[in-house]
Amino acid sequence: MSTPVSAVLAALAVVALTAGASVASAGEPIRLGVAGPQSGDLASYGIPSSRAAELVVREVNAKGGVLGRQVKLLVEDDVCKPEIAANTAGKLVSDKAHAVLGHICSGAAKAALGIYRDAGIIAISPSATNPELTQSGQYPNFYRTIAPDDAQARIEVAFALDTLKVKKIAVLHDKQDYGRGLAEFAKKFVESSGGRGAVVMFEGITPGAVDYSAVIQKIRQSGAEAVIYGGYHPEASKLVAGMRKKKIDVPFISDDGVKDETFIKVAGAFAEGVYASGPRDTSTNPLAVKAVAAHRAAYGGDPGAFYLNAWAATLALLNAIEKAGSTDSAAIAKALHTEFVETPLGRIRFDARGDAEGVGFAMYQVHKGVYVAVK
Amino acid sequence: MDYFLELFVGGLTRGSIYALIALGYTMVYGILGLINFAHGEIYMIGAFTGLIAATLLSWTGLPPLAVLLLAAVAAAAWAAAWGLAVERIAYRPLRAAPRLAPLISAIGASILLQNFVLIAQTSDFVSFPALVPEIPWLAPYAAVISSAEVVILAVTATAMLGLTLFVRGTRLGRAMRAVAQDRTMALLCGVDVDRVIGATFAVGSALAALGGVLIGSHVGQINFAIGFLAGIKAFTAAVLGGIGSIPGAVLGGFILGWTESFAAGYVSSAYEDAFAFILLVAILIVRPSGILGRSTAGRA
Repeated sequence: MSTPVSAVLAALAVVALTAGASVASAGEPIRLGVAGPQSGDLASYGIPSSRAAELVVREVNAKGGVLGRQVKLLVEDDVCKPEIAANTAGKLVSDKAHAVLGHICSGAAKAALGIYRDAGIIAISPSATNPELTQSGQYPNFYRTIAPDDAQARIEVAFALDTLKVKKIAVLHDKQDYGRGLAEFAKKFVESSGGRGAVVMFEGITPGAVDYSAVIQKIRQSGAEAVIYGGYHPEASKLVAGMRKKKIDVPFISDDGVKDETFIKVAGAFAEGVYASGPRDTSTNPLAVKAVAAHRAAYGGDPGAFYLNAWAATLALLNAIEKAGSTDSAAIAKALHTEFVETPLGRIRFDARGDAEGVGFAMYQVHKGVYVAVK
Repeated sequence: MDYFLELFVGGLTRGSIYALIALGYTMVYGILGLINFAHGEIYMIGAFTGLIAATLLSWTGLPPLAVLLLAAVAAAAWAAAWGLAVERIAYRPLRAAPRLAPLISAIGASILLQNFVLIAQTSDFVSFPALVPEIPWLAPYAAVISSAEVVILAVTATAMLGLTLFVRGTRLGRAMRAVAQDRTMALLCGVDVDRVIGATFAVGSALAALGGVLIGSHVGQINFAIGFLAGIKAFTAAVLGGIGSIPGAVLGGFILGWTESFAAGYVSSAYEDAFAFILLVAILIVRPSGILGRSTAGRA
């Protein structure tokens, strides 16, 4: 396996930067590990993150570094494979990384996090979405700047129970991975809401079926006060239209698969009032605009996946070290939880589990033919 | 009881659509012994034609019911033309070929038509206007039966009655029955077999198009792929009722519609397809040629 050119260049750039600047800085550099796929099938998930880290670090070092020390990147390739990620983690530990940006893939992160935890190293991932990573409590050293897979279900259920104040909820899905997974999380969250809500119906529907009249009658029969649907817009528009025609006027809450122009176009007047969760729009954030411009200047072209998340993660980590006043991981952790930091994803800090507050999804509602954010 | 009635009506509506499509399968099979796999696509083309016609007609300011009627006629006529074309291009040259050849040709025609609409129209779902106006005196019962459902049932019943009278009472209908019973003998007696077969395709296609327009108006959306699942279900209905038998196709359609509706309503809609096909297997074990099917007689 050959080392990708970009990684070599990145390493050279870092060496050049640190060599040039080390004269001015006091003390040894802060070593930031960057672990993710740099080669292999999934390299396109990892390279944007290492580029983001590099660009942030270049900027920070130019301004005098963190705590008056230069930041040095240790880029390691885990190929997104758990068995290799364990070695990568071992290498970063023996290279005495102070903190790690990574890993990119959830499976690789899971394999590596125990090693970092035992070595007292904080890891922050821009992309690992597996809910367990933060929720299991096994990895108190883990943080992330991306919403976990269950975030949409969580926000939908919270919206139904707390904002709409409904109790009886029908949860439907389209029997496919995305919709079913979401519906199962929604069911779990409703059931674990401490009696504030109950799932009165949980059912899969057949995509492409001629009509959904039986399911719609069943929704009425169940006495549901709201419907949460996991799936995509074609079935959602059929369901909503059918419900409204049969005079079932309960709120219809769905997901990113429904927060789509086509849904409104097809469902027409029936789309009015439908709720859907969708990613927060950060594209107009000045820091995001700046980050993308920096990528264009350095590499030409637009950045790839998780670039802004990685940018935010690097900023959050360096900010926490600065605020903590040391590279002690307990102090960094405290700063991550308590200190807000301005990032391309907005102003964030981390909740008790390690998920970034304010990152991820928001609720939208169809109002006069367009989705508008629900206040 | 209300719940039962609601599911019953839902099943009846769905069954009507299945029946309208199944008639085309069963008539063609009765006459040619061929399964016209492109039939589901004809249903889809009918729905698209209905949408285009309805959109154009709605600019003229005609009342909705007139728009529906004219759109349905346009869709039926255009789909009939497509049915004739498919027969002429994909099946007639292979009439003397081994049975597998027209089967492959049918699948080819199906793929061709689906992709034609995909390219000529769009891959997205498109909105289908509700052409059936709200009937005021039905408003209190809207939860059980909507006016769209009433129209679907009425149109289906009329179409079936018309088809029965056509097959029983007209010269062409008699010729169809003759060709179904014995094509060579009919030919020897002076029946224009090609014309009869063409007419069968045209009538079957027109009925499917009617189904397409009705369901499009009822559920409010169509796309290029709707013919696949509907076609499979209607084919199942035709086999269930006894393929080749006209009353069988209608009965099969309703039984399938009710099975799915009740299975979804009382068990789980996740398993509605499973129940539909369990029923099919069970009936075919007891009656291998379907409920009203007979191995030779009683076709068309």
